[in-house]
Amino acid sequence: MEISNIWYFLSGLTLLSALMVVLAKNPIHSVLYLVFTFFCISGHYVLLNAQFLMAVNIIVYAGAIMVLFLFVIMMFDLRKNQPESKSNLTKLAGSVVAGSLLVVLIALVRQNNINTPPLEGFVSQTGMVETLGKVLYSEYLLPFELVSILFFVAMVGAVLLGKREAGERNF
Amino acid sequence: MDLFNSVFIAKASFIGVVFLITLGVAAYSTYFERKIAAFMQDRIGPDRAGPFGILQPLADAVKMFMKEDFIPANSNKWLFIMGPCLSMLTALMTSAVVPFGDTITLGGVEFDLQGIDVNIGILWVFGIVSLGVYGILIGGWASNNKYSLLGAIRAASQNISYELAMGLSIIAILMMTGSLSTKAIVEAQQNGHWNILYQPMGFIIFLICAFAECNRTPFDLPECETELIGGYHTEYSSMKLGFYLFAEYINMFISGAVMATLYFGGYDYPGIDFVTAQLGETAATLIGAGALIGKALAFVFIFMWVRWTLPRFRYDQLMGLGWSGLIPLAMFNIVVTGLGVLLDQQILIGIGGVVVFIAGIVVYDQLFVKKKIA
Repeated sequence: MEISNIWYFLSGLTLLSALMVVLAKNPIHSVLYLVFTFFCISGHYVLLNAQFLMAVNIIVYAGAIMVLFLFVIMMFDLRKNQPESKSNLTKLAGSVVAGSLLVVLIALVRQNNINTPPLEGFVSQTGMVETLGKVLYSEYLLPFELVSILFFVAMVGAVLLGKREAGERNF
Repeated sequence: MDLFNSVFIAKASFIGVVFLITLGVAAYSTYFERKIAAFMQDRIGPDRAGPFGILQPLADAVKMFMKEDFIPANSNKWLFIMGPCLSMLTALMTSAVVPFGDTITLGGVEFDLQGIDVNIGILWVFGIVSLGVYGILIGGWASNNKYSLLGAIRAASQNISYELAMGLSIIAILMMTGSLSTKAIVEAQQNGHWNILYQPMGFIIFLICAFAECNRTPFDLPECETELIGGYHTEYSSMKLGFYLFAEYINMFISGAVMATLYFGGYDYPGIDFVTAQLGETAATLIGAGALIGKALAFVFIFMWVRWTLPRFRYDQLMGLGWSGLIPLAMFNIVVTGLGVLLDQQILIGIGGVVVFIAGIVVYDQLFVKKKIA
């Protein structure tokens, strides 16, 4: 089996499940399709020989964030919180805007004629954990530390928001 | 192409064997669970089907299949079916990266006794464990039952909370081995240098988290009968219920195998050089695979032992233990391990860390915790 065939299959699956995220009527189904989309993207990472990214993508997005999404949506009463359906004019306007954005993006890619990187300089180990770690902790040390500070701030904020203050109603 | 085919067949047959072992162990775990419970409560346990009741799992399976397969009227049918399937799938996927033994040579070709030897092995385990919650969550929601939903939500929050401490305790091992590959972790532990000697605290944290991730007592709140009827599987019957229960036993066995791999030397056993000299390499490797399965079964026994010994936690106690007990402890463990690696005195500082921790707890208890006189 040609590797490009796998790529086409995987890309088709990714696009299909991503479309189903938008088109599914039931929010729970949408979330599950989104999880499946993340799996397909992880498959793409494997094809790029980036195993670490694949694992982290599954752990963080499919394993943690989407579980919380599902969690929140399950708590809704779906029959009461049905979003009212849009009028045909809104739907038409939405498709026109999205379609023209697609055309612009495709035109941009075709105009700029992005070259594929040369095969000689290709290192198959680029996506491996060791290489990634060395690059992160030497070349990109400052951005890496800044990102961790950002995460820390977000964490403190989440704890503050979630904390019950004294005297507040205890559901 | 020929090479590809032979490798493919070898891998496929190996995966088939692992699959059969896992299913067989899981089936007989149900029997031993009941036997051990009976022993601890001074009863006899199942003894009707076959000698010593040894055919009881078969009888149970037949019973499960013969029962009415019921789907509640207002449930989401496809998701209701998908829940148990996902549970089984994620339970069986973890064993792919567990190294069951070294390579064996059959007919001049080397076979790896491991499903896939990826260099992210332990992250794979972690990823699949974090997906394990979907089966429960989907099944619980699709049942359209308040108790099921509550059980599912408990399971989800419990799994997410204990994953963090589990990941942090694994990081200490990675710092010592310097590799994410399960094979490399096992190879670093050969000849008796088992990680349990270097990481006693990390092992305790991992064990507690494994209990929570498998939804076993004392952390089996997702299916707490006194509060939630049957928890997430209240509405399930027949083999769908069977799949949920079966997945739990598979998870127990696989997490036992993972713990043996990470902390108890994997397929290493005392006297491996002697056996290799006497019986040859292939036999030594096969005995090693047997040793790993034996260690995993010992952990399955510990799971059962704890289940019939300890009472259940309360839900807020569970969350308190996870977030404010185990996570800070795991971070302390990382610092201690880092010190050990830095000074190259890993056993000494590992044990010293435990001692400092216990001393700290005792001092804190004496100074700050007010005793209630009963």
